[in-house]
Amino acid sequence: MCTYETETLSVTGSAKGPSGWFRATDASVYFDHPVHALDDHTLNVDIRRPADGPAARVALELTADSARELAEAILRILGEPGRRSHSGVESSR
Amino acid sequence: MDTSLIAETLYFAGHGGDQIEAYAARPLTEGRRGGVVLIHHLPGYDRETKEFARRFADAGYDAVCPNLYSRVGVDISPDDAAAAVRAEGGVSDEQVMGDVAASLAYLRGLDSNNGKVGTIGHCSGGRQNYLVAATLPTDAAVICYPGLIVGESPPQLPTMVPLIDHTPQIACPILGLFGNDDQFPTPAQVDEIEHALREAGKDYEFHRYDGAGHGFFSPDKTSYRVEAVLDGWDRIWTFFAKNLVG
Repeated sequence: MCTYETETLSVTGSAKGPSGWFRATDASVYFDHPVHALDDHTLNVDIRRPADGPAARVALELTADSARELAEAILRILGEPGRRSHSGVESSR
Repeated sequence: MDTSLIAETLYFAGHGGDQIEAYAARPLTEGRRGGVVLIHHLPGYDRETKEFARRFADAGYDAVCPNLYSRVGVDISPDDAAAAVRAEGGVSDEQVMGDVAASLAYLRGLDSNNGKVGTIGHCSGGRQNYLVAATLPTDAAVICYPGLIVGESPPQLPTMVPLIDHTPQIACPILGLFGNDDQFPTPAQVDEIEHALREAGKDYEFHRYDGAGHGFFSPDKTSYRVEAVLDGWDRIWTFFAKNLVG
């Protein structure tokens, strides 16, 4: 590891991990050594539910270009009118 | 030549008396020999680090790698443990030093130990090994592309602080291996580290490889650079033979 920068945030939603679907509560974003991808550094995202242990996690390791394209695609999709969180979803965590 | 070895998971008390996991690889041949503690990188106590441990055993050293993320829990995959530790802000240098001190003591306590123990770390483990060299009884320290010996702490990982101010306390020879295309550390930062060691009158040797970036020892990454790796291993064997044998 050697970039060290890590962003962490709370999230609301679901993810499918090795034991099936779980309610996600936390996310980490960082640019560092991947476990599986080929590049020496990748943009990594962990979608987590730490209350269920470290294995309650979905991991992504994307090349920097792929991560940018994904982020831009997400923002384009979210830019459409009416695409906001609903308060009822927040309470289901 | 008999290169039989044993590799096993074991447990001993680490920092604060916490029971920690470690991976040990030791030659099965008779005789006294030096030991090597491997400090894994931030992505964890992974297969590659364990392969390194077996490589040291194959070369005639007792090797041990403490799982610096043992406290996350047992039977957790290394990558899940690393993700959990990172989300919580990393592990403190104090805790790592405690776990490495316990690993040094484990090796020195082996009947086979000749009284010499060295340390090696890559990436964040290289950074931590710089602090080991300044604070713990190691006889030789190898630092491979260590980030943040100089520089500024990232706000998201406040446990990672620059270590250059510890240079005057370094009490063992240092071998540094770096890629000239690396950004963590940059060549200019390597210059800063070298300047500090030279000014403090320390015993060190640095080797810098053109065409190599960060993580050039990683065999399953595109960053792997065979020429740098082969020369780097030769440097490591020579350095440890000089400081840990006899």
